[in-house]
Amino acid sequence: MKRTLPLAMLLALGLASAARAANEADYKAAFAAAEAAAKEAASLRHQWTTTVSTLATAKKAADGGDFDRATAAAKEAEALAKASIFQATSEKEAWKAMEIR
Amino acid sequence: MKARFSLQLGSVSAALVAFALTSAHVVAADKVDPVADAKAFQNFFFQKFPDVKHEDFVNGPYSMNEDMKRQWQEKEEFPPYEFALDAGKEMFATPFKNGKTYADCFPNGGIGIRQNYPYFDEREGKVVTLELALNRCREANGEAPYSYVKDEMASLTAYMAFTSRGKPMDIKIPDDPRALAAFENGKRYFYTRRGQMNFSCAGCHVQSPGERIRAETLAPALGILNAMPIYRSEWSGMGTTSRRFVTCNSQTRAVPLEPQSDEYRDVEYFLSYVANGLPISGPGARP
Repeated sequence: MKRTLPLAMLLALGLASAARAANEADYKAAFAAAEAAAKEAASLRHQWTTTVSTLATAKKAADGGDFDRATAAAKEAEALAKASIFQATSEKEAWKAMEIR
Repeated sequence: MKARFSLQLGSVSAALVAFALTSAHVVAADKVDPVADAKAFQNFFFQKFPDVKHEDFVNGPYSMNEDMKRQWQEKEEFPPYEFALDAGKEMFATPFKNGKTYADCFPNGGIGIRQNYPYFDEREGKVVTLELALNRCREANGEAPYSYVKDEMASLTAYMAFTSRGKPMDIKIPDDPRALAAFENGKRYFYTRRGQMNFSCAGCHVQSPGERIRAETLAPALGILNAMPIYRSEWSGMGTTSRRFVTCNSQTRAVPLEPQSDEYRDVEYFLSYVANGLPISGPGARP
């Protein structure tokens, strides 16, 4: 009993922090990271339309004060941009495997 | 001692031979050879579709499907691009404000020359497409350029293509490293996967011509530009080569490049060159 109480308290604290609502600062950090990755993808001429639309969703949600949704969308946009950068990098050589010879 | 020396000599010789062979392979792989590329490209399609007449590849999906072909042939009696063709003919003959016409900007007065575009301009060091040449002609004569994707540009190129119908595509690659680089860059663009759908141009038009993607029957890449510009039922209107590239990119969820960007000009150069010898069939009609 004595042992379970602190454990339960720790678990509750952990859950509470995980479920903490995102604030404007969280959104701004997530959006800046997404925007930097998207800029890199654009400079490689490999931008995805979904990155652009997800960034716009994030901005719209933040403008409406929904920072949970805005932060989640910004993180998704960053993941999309990073995937497109990976695509651009790997295709520098991979396209040759598709070539008709 | 002698045996050891022979063994060492043998190893060194084997290493040298292996190095020479590898280097030759690397050099061969890196050498840009448009003639060999075009031959391989055409052979691939001729062997993949032995029943399709070579000149029929320029008819895109209709060369892949007999039912579609019959419907299209009936539609050709009253083709949907006819209005654009008439408009293009009129626009072509109408003088600019300075009294000059498009005919003054092109060899042979612009008639029957579609098969020579795009060409590599050695002065500029870049590929010049017919759409680009038309807008440059307008600007040189004090007129505002047209949108590259539809309307007037599609009408003008439709008329110019019509005057070249049946003439074999005849694209030249001059002995200029910049021209070879443009060809190679176009090839790279054609085979490179892009967009969230991870598709390349080749993914649809080399690996899967004749197959369906949703309701569409995919056209073969060979001769795909010979029919441009096209009336597309999906667009409910005409579209240029630029429009085709832009929409292809969007469909793979890639942000399209700006029309007449270097990449689009180069991929047009590559695709047109590998279709050398196949007839111009534009303007075309597609589902």
